[in-house]
Amino acid sequence: MSVEAREARQPWILLSPALTAVALLLFVPLLFIVVYSFWLSSATGADIAAFSFENWEEALTDAFYRDILLNTLKIAAITTIVCALMGYPAAYFIARSKGNKALLLLLLILPFWISYIIRTMSWINILGTSGALNTLLVGAGILSEPVQMLYNETTVILGLVHFLLPFMVLNVFVSLEGIDTNLEDAANSLGATKWQAFLQVTLPLSLPGLAAGSLLCFVLGAGTYITPMVLGGPRDAMFANLVYEAIITQLNWPLGSALSLMLLIVLGALVLIYNRYLGMAQLMKGLG
Amino acid sequence: MGWGALRLYTLLVYGFMFLPVGVVVLLSFNASQFGSFPMTGFSLRWFVELAQNDAILRAFRTSLILGTLTALISTTLGVLASLALVRYRVPGENYISTLLIAPILVPEVVLAVALLLFLNFLEVNKSFTLLLLGHVIFTLPFVILVVQARLVSIRRDIEEAALSLGASPVQTFFEVTLPLMLPAVLAGALFAFTISFDDITGTLFWKPGGVETVPTQIFSMLRNSISPEINALGTVMIVMTVGLPLLGLALARALAIRSGG
Repeated sequence: MSVEAREARQPWILLSPALTAVALLLFVPLLFIVVYSFWLSSATGADIAAFSFENWEEALTDAFYRDILLNTLKIAAITTIVCALMGYPAAYFIARSKGNKALLLLLLILPFWISYIIRTMSWINILGTSGALNTLLVGAGILSEPVQMLYNETTVILGLVHFLLPFMVLNVFVSLEGIDTNLEDAANSLGATKWQAFLQVTLPLSLPGLAAGSLLCFVLGAGTYITPMVLGGPRDAMFANLVYEAIITQLNWPLGSALSLMLLIVLGALVLIYNRYLGMAQLMKGLG
Repeated sequence: MGWGALRLYTLLVYGFMFLPVGVVVLLSFNASQFGSFPMTGFSLRWFVELAQNDAILRAFRTSLILGTLTALISTTLGVLASLALVRYRVPGENYISTLLIAPILVPEVVLAVALLLFLNFLEVNKSFTLLLLGHVIFTLPFVILVVQARLVSIRRDIEEAALSLGASPVQTFFEVTLPLMLPAVLAGALFAFTISFDDITGTLFWKPGGVETVPTQIFSMLRNSISPEINALGTVMIVMTVGLPLLGLALARALAIRSGG
């Protein structure tokens, strides 16, 4: 074999273990559940290999599933907007601050290191009937007895915002860092006020980061089932909860496959639209 | 909005982020037997009970083993792939990159269902193996992103110098490239470990009955009532996932200063 041929083969040798893993543990399984979603479940024993549209018909026409899907998208949208409103100014402050850079950077990454389940359950200590807020309000005489503030849609959104906000802050920060601050100075020296300079120069240039952060918040928010289980009530199930129910509780794997694929198609479409207009590069910057 | 107002707003946002977690830590030292407010005094009793709770200790052991094995496998695969992507001209490089990070573009629930059903079809039931494979596949993209970002900054000419001075390619890799890459490799491994240690979304689908990791153990304890032990366990988790990386950073910094870097 020539030196060139060997040189050309080397990267493929290095790549093959990772590519094989992704193929066998992600792509083939995804194709497999496409097939599985046409099978029939049986109450006793193994599912029956078939080509039936029964599961898809149930997943697509049942109003119950449709309502929960729409509600899931609504919750994810509200979460994303709240994250943007809270995260953008914070990211701007960190990016433009002249203070201790190491400390500010720590603020960016530290929240990622605190466990998701701990952060989620921490709200029970705050809002539960014997939580901090109730203790405080009863102690101050504002409430005569503790009120249950947990287990509703608002607390689900609260939990999701708490979980996803760091993704927004980091992505906006990365894009703000990439903007030449001379541009703002130039706008100022040409007579723009600080607000005008921000609205017409900095904000538009940071939109890719805002979009990347929003995509992450929306997709991760819409795909969660833990937060509604911990902080939501019985009627606050999100779409991923239906998947969990079908697969783990009811053991109806064909229906669970169809529901999983529905979620994948809806959220995948968003990722594709994003990719079409903005490309993956910005998203990778924030993740790396 | 002035700078002062912006500073206050940011402070509030971070208060929102850290206060609830601070309350978990605070309550874990609460002497009250219900482990909730009001605080009645300082006590370590919940940590003592934690250390005597077999279920929690088992969960810890499972999480540690799982995280370590995940980090080992995922980092090995990730470093090799990153080397290929950074060091060679590969046709279709962008497509390959997208393929390799696909596991984090697919919602984790969907990945969890697909892997569970497919491996079950291959007669790999819910087991530690399934858990490990699942954790490897969704930590791999993070390792590749982190390692790739750091590999780019390693200069090629040092390796070329070693080669031209008569070192074999294998020698060059182990004596020049690997030591230079070590921070990237360790960062990738630490990242994989932390993500694996913290995962619950996929883990609940893959874990066999009776086996718990720390997050699933916390989750199942939450269903009964919020016992003070959970807060203590939370504090331990926070120390592990925040304290250890911080220690690592500080250590790396100290070493860099000593070696004049």
